[in-house]
Amino acid sequence: MTTHPSEKRSRFDPEPMPRRDFLGLAALGSMAAAFALSIFGMLKLPKAAVSASPAKKFNVALPDTLPEGEAFVPPGRNVAVFRDADGVFAISTVCTHLGCIVKTSAAGFDCPCHGSGFQKDGTVRKGPAPTPLPWLRVSKNGGVLTIDEEATVKTGTKV
Amino acid sequence: MKAEGYSALHEFWINLRAIPNHVYRAMFRGGPPKTDRTRSSFIFGNVFLHLHSVRTHLWSLRWSTTMGLGIMTTAAFLITLVTGILLMFYYKPYPDVAYQSIKDIHFIVPTGRFMRNIHRWAANVMVIAVILHMARAFYTASYRKPREFNWFIGWGLLVTTLGLSFTGYLLPWDQLAYWAITIGANIAQSPREITDALGITAWADIGGLQREILLGSDKVGEEALIRFYLLHVMILPLALVMLMAVHFWRIRKDGGLAKPANADELVAEEAKEFYPVFTDAPTKTYHLAAVVKGKTSAVGSGPEHTVPSMPHLFYAELGVLMLTTLICVALAFVSDAPLKELANPLVPENPAKAPWYFLGLQEIVSFSAFMGGIGIPMLCVIGLGLIPFLDREKEGTGEWFGGPGGWKLVKWSIVVGFVASIGVEAFAIHFGWLREWFPDIPQLFITFINPGTVLTAIYAAYSIWAVRRYNSTRAGALALFTCFLCGFIVLTVIGTYFRGPNWDFFWSPSDWGGH
Repeated sequence: MTTHPSEKRSRFDPEPMPRRDFLGLAALGSMAAAFALSIFGMLKLPKAAVSASPAKKFNVALPDTLPEGEAFVPPGRNVAVFRDADGVFAISTVCTHLGCIVKTSAAGFDCPCHGSGFQKDGTVRKGPAPTPLPWLRVSKNGGVLTIDEEATVKTGTKV
Repeated sequence: MKAEGYSALHEFWINLRAIPNHVYRAMFRGGPPKTDRTRSSFIFGNVFLHLHSVRTHLWSLRWSTTMGLGIMTTAAFLITLVTGILLMFYYKPYPDVAYQSIKDIHFIVPTGRFMRNIHRWAANVMVIAVILHMARAFYTASYRKPREFNWFIGWGLLVTTLGLSFTGYLLPWDQLAYWAITIGANIAQSPREITDALGITAWADIGGLQREILLGSDKVGEEALIRFYLLHVMILPLALVMLMAVHFWRIRKDGGLAKPANADELVAEEAKEFYPVFTDAPTKTYHLAAVVKGKTSAVGSGPEHTVPSMPHLFYAELGVLMLTTLICVALAFVSDAPLKELANPLVPENPAKAPWYFLGLQEIVSFSAFMGGIGIPMLCVIGLGLIPFLDREKEGTGEWFGGPGGWKLVKWSIVVGFVASIGVEAFAIHFGWLREWFPDIPQLFITFINPGTVLTAIYAAYSIWAVRRYNSTRAGALALFTCFLCGFIVLTVIGTYFRGPNWDFFWSPSDWGGH
């Protein structure tokens, strides 16, 4: 679009917004945007897309002599495996309160850190734990059990 | 250009001999600090010293005004800084290797054990001193206008100090460290207690995100260690130093320490000893080349009741620095920093205890992870930060236990604070709590109605009573602050001495029994 010479603004006429102010504001605005975006980008860094951790699925064979009601703890795992007349089941031993490792006791499980207590089926007996100890998915593969620490199943599921 | 009558070579020789003297003189822009005037000019022109005012009011120099607690905190920080840098020569932030490197520092490195002990004790002194310093500033009502913002900065310094202590705790990678950090990270995750109860964790898992950012993984491992190391040696110290610079600067800009209105009269006797004010008449006059909002703090008050900061204030500061160093070194001689067995992710310590200043927190965390670990602490921290904006009265500024109610109210608040906290704890220890009586009670009840929240409610109710009784917000603040201080002490003592295996109550650690 061309402007007719007569419409040309005199240099004595003030512009609605002086050019310098506009450019100044635009520069400040783009700087603020760049700043905000770069902070956003930096904040993304500390949250890893993939985190290294050992496999959560493992195989274990229960000893034949394991008495009913007694826990078998696979080496290096925070899981208690039980066998009774109805089948085999696995309960996580990570306290649902603040992540300490519970110990089996006569009453079920007890946490050393803040005194949470759980029944033998993992439901909360006392203390601050907000939720029951989760039961973990167990699949039978011949004499070997595959336990998945990440997959929980309904309390009472035995295989 | 050579000087008259000398050869250039001769002048070179003269210059060479004069180097020490010339360097010394070049260090001081206003001449060597030998008179009151040149000392003032030295303080004013020195980048480190100019955080001080050139003259200090005699009231500020009184032992009872500050008890040197702020300087003691700073001194303890400087000691941790120096010893911490020394420890970094040998420390390696990687699981298991970290533990071995601490053992090396302890058993092999020359003075290593001593430096680690000093570092550990200075950190403890810093935590105690910063809490006492805050209490001092509170009880002398020093947070009031124009010092509100400096209270705010001090609040940031308190939080940063506790953060430094906590992050330092993980670095040895022993059992104590591992389980303290596991618990800490799970406290960060505890908003799940609420989101789970509301059934919205799948969409808004704030707790899980906090934990993941803190640990860099889903468990306490190498990523967590390097993160805590980074926080401990870089991010938090930088934040602390920046906040400290602002904190000190604001003391000067806010007109020195808070004083009672009649401070000049109170120090009149001492002031007679300091005469003349200037040993040297000023050679120049200055005017302020800036528009100052309001009147500056010195307007309308002469320098009569002030003394030159150099040497009077500096001697006091160096004295506190020496005392703090002595305390840390003496403690480091008699008591070793602990190092337990190598971290074992399968077996927690029993009992697994946090550092002592978090044991009060651990005690209320044992009632509810979210309220104990996040809810109540956030309430305290936000409440502390807002004190100067909620109490805007004028009475009693600069006086110990100043304001309506005064020492009498504080005395009764101490009684209420102790009785309520001991009472609630004794009740919970003896009779148990909701879940023991109603096993099927929903978790939200436990989260919001537990000994920790009940105690908080009692304190709040008592403070509201104090506000009404004395018709003063300051009275309410005095009551609440005192109560929380007492509660903190009681909970910390119970967590430290009366909790044993499985966090059960024991009258003495000797009753814990073998396990």
